[in-house]
Amino acid sequence: MLITPDVEKPVTPAPPHPRRRRRLGGGETVTGWTLVSPAVILIGIFGLLPVLMSLQLSFQHSDLLTPETPWVGFDNYRKMADDPVFLEAIKHTIVYTALFVPGTMLVGLLVAAALNRSVRFISLYRTAAYITMAVSTISQGIIFLWLTDRDYGLVNAALNAIGAPSQPFLASPSQAMYVIVAMTIWGWTGFSVIVYLAALQGVPAELHEAAAIDGAKPFTRFRTITVPLLGPANLFLLVWLTINALQLFDEVYATTRGGPLRATTVIVYYLWDQAFVHFDAGYAAAMAYALFVVILVITGVQFRLTRRFGGTS
Amino acid sequence: MTRWRLPFSPWHLVLIPLSFLLLVPLLWMLITSLQTEGEANRFPPVLWPASPRWENYTEAWAAAPFGHFFLNSFTVTAVVLVSNLVVCSVAGYAFARIRFLGRGALFVTLMATLMVPFQVTMIPVFLIVKWFGDNVWDVLGIDHIGALMLPNLATAFGIFFLRQFFQTVPVELEEAARVDGTSRLGVLFKIVLPLSLPAMSTLAALTVLTSWNDFLWPLIVITSQEQMTIPLGLSYFQGAHHVQWPLLMAANVMSLLPMLLVFIGAQRYFVQSVASTGLKG
Repeated sequence: MLITPDVEKPVTPAPPHPRRRRRLGGGETVTGWTLVSPAVILIGIFGLLPVLMSLQLSFQHSDLLTPETPWVGFDNYRKMADDPVFLEAIKHTIVYTALFVPGTMLVGLLVAAALNRSVRFISLYRTAAYITMAVSTISQGIIFLWLTDRDYGLVNAALNAIGAPSQPFLASPSQAMYVIVAMTIWGWTGFSVIVYLAALQGVPAELHEAAAIDGAKPFTRFRTITVPLLGPANLFLLVWLTINALQLFDEVYATTRGGPLRATTVIVYYLWDQAFVHFDAGYAAAMAYALFVVILVITGVQFRLTRRFGGTS
Repeated sequence: MTRWRLPFSPWHLVLIPLSFLLLVPLLWMLITSLQTEGEANRFPPVLWPASPRWENYTEAWAAAPFGHFFLNSFTVTAVVLVSNLVVCSVAGYAFARIRFLGRGALFVTLMATLMVPFQVTMIPVFLIVKWFGDNVWDVLGIDHIGALMLPNLATAFGIFFLRQFFQTVPVELEEAARVDGTSRLGVLFKIVLPLSLPAMSTLAALTVLTSWNDFLWPLIVITSQEQMTIPLGLSYFQGAHHVQWPLLMAANVMSLLPMLLVFIGAQRYFVQSVASTGLKG
């Protein structure tokens, strides 16, 4: 996740005298550690330890069942470079991310702009947009399988109604990924609308009024006032959606199971398949680490940009 | 010349079709769930069932152990929710208020886990949970709902979020109670938490949504129907009835209903939880 812990800022300024400081810390150290210990134990066992175990696993061969896990050096990492399915999965993941992220941001911004006004029933309209957030990924998958069914689907009926031929959609290797993109954009509409609506509501109306008095045209006002103030929201969504796009799994599982002809096999789907279907956990761990590095780089870039453009977190 | 004016804001002409378009997938699910098998398998589709077939719901309910699915989802979510609220608020309070040795380093270490994608930890967590089931208590092990709770009892995000909020609570309120000899926990539960209900509700909304809709982890650890949560059970049901669309859609509606109702009822907190994931955090 994308949190910037601001640990540099202590709650109270540190007492000047070192000895006094140590005594003060000492008195409360037992209380402090006692209170954080349940959280530290839980996160230690299920959050930190697995990071190290996973690194170790990525240099071993493991089938998750037998206790023997022989060391194999860099074999798992080397295997990635020679594995055509993995390389294909990277390609699919990049295509998906490149379409899903801007698509979701665009839809989110347009819907938020439409919802950013005080008319009657506006809270009902907003609920209609937000509600997609509550729909589980599996439910989404099942609904879109049915909507895009090649024989009986509502989407094909709509296409026919405007004179276009029926499409195979999820049954077609060349179309399935685009259906998944559209479906997940729908699923993330609620999230992106909330983020953009919050940002749009933060744009002071006085700025627009003042600029209008000075003779700025609506488009100029949008470009020079609204867009710069949306910067933090754009950046947040860009990174957040990218991280989630790289981890796409549920929606693929619910609709195509990576098919047809592996056309929708994305990295995490392949990783899960290798670990829990083919029981090659070492290889899966290596892939997970590669993904981790990519996500860390993206997060790092976000930190940099956030600092430069005046910070969201 | 008088200009003809709409008796309502022209924006409704944009917002009504827009809302409708966004709701089409859910409406179509609802409509199909009331169709007969024959109506569903017709093209172009029957847009309105001749007479709603409510039996789809009873038949779907009977075709898979949905009672188990709901009970499991409810139990897992309730345990994870209560545990997160308690463990994260206690830890968040300590990080916000108590100066103790190693606080800064510990906090940074915990927060670092927020950057680790689940795919990195899921294989070892599988092995750890298996170990707990084999050596500690089988109820916590593979193929039991305990395995769905154990790794999610506390989150670094919850600690971070509540710590940020607790830092905004005026410390003077606590000092009086501290002078009277109230313990740290007493101060937290009697003074700080009652002032933190909005933050707690926001974290609760996020926790409920994440836990209720979680899919990948249950898919990995659960194989028995009796232990499945709703998303996994629905996916299993889909595999068994994948061409019986009315039945499948009825199951889908039933699966979605609790979360949709909770979402609409507590929408404010869900909206805030999105903002808190990064924008305001």
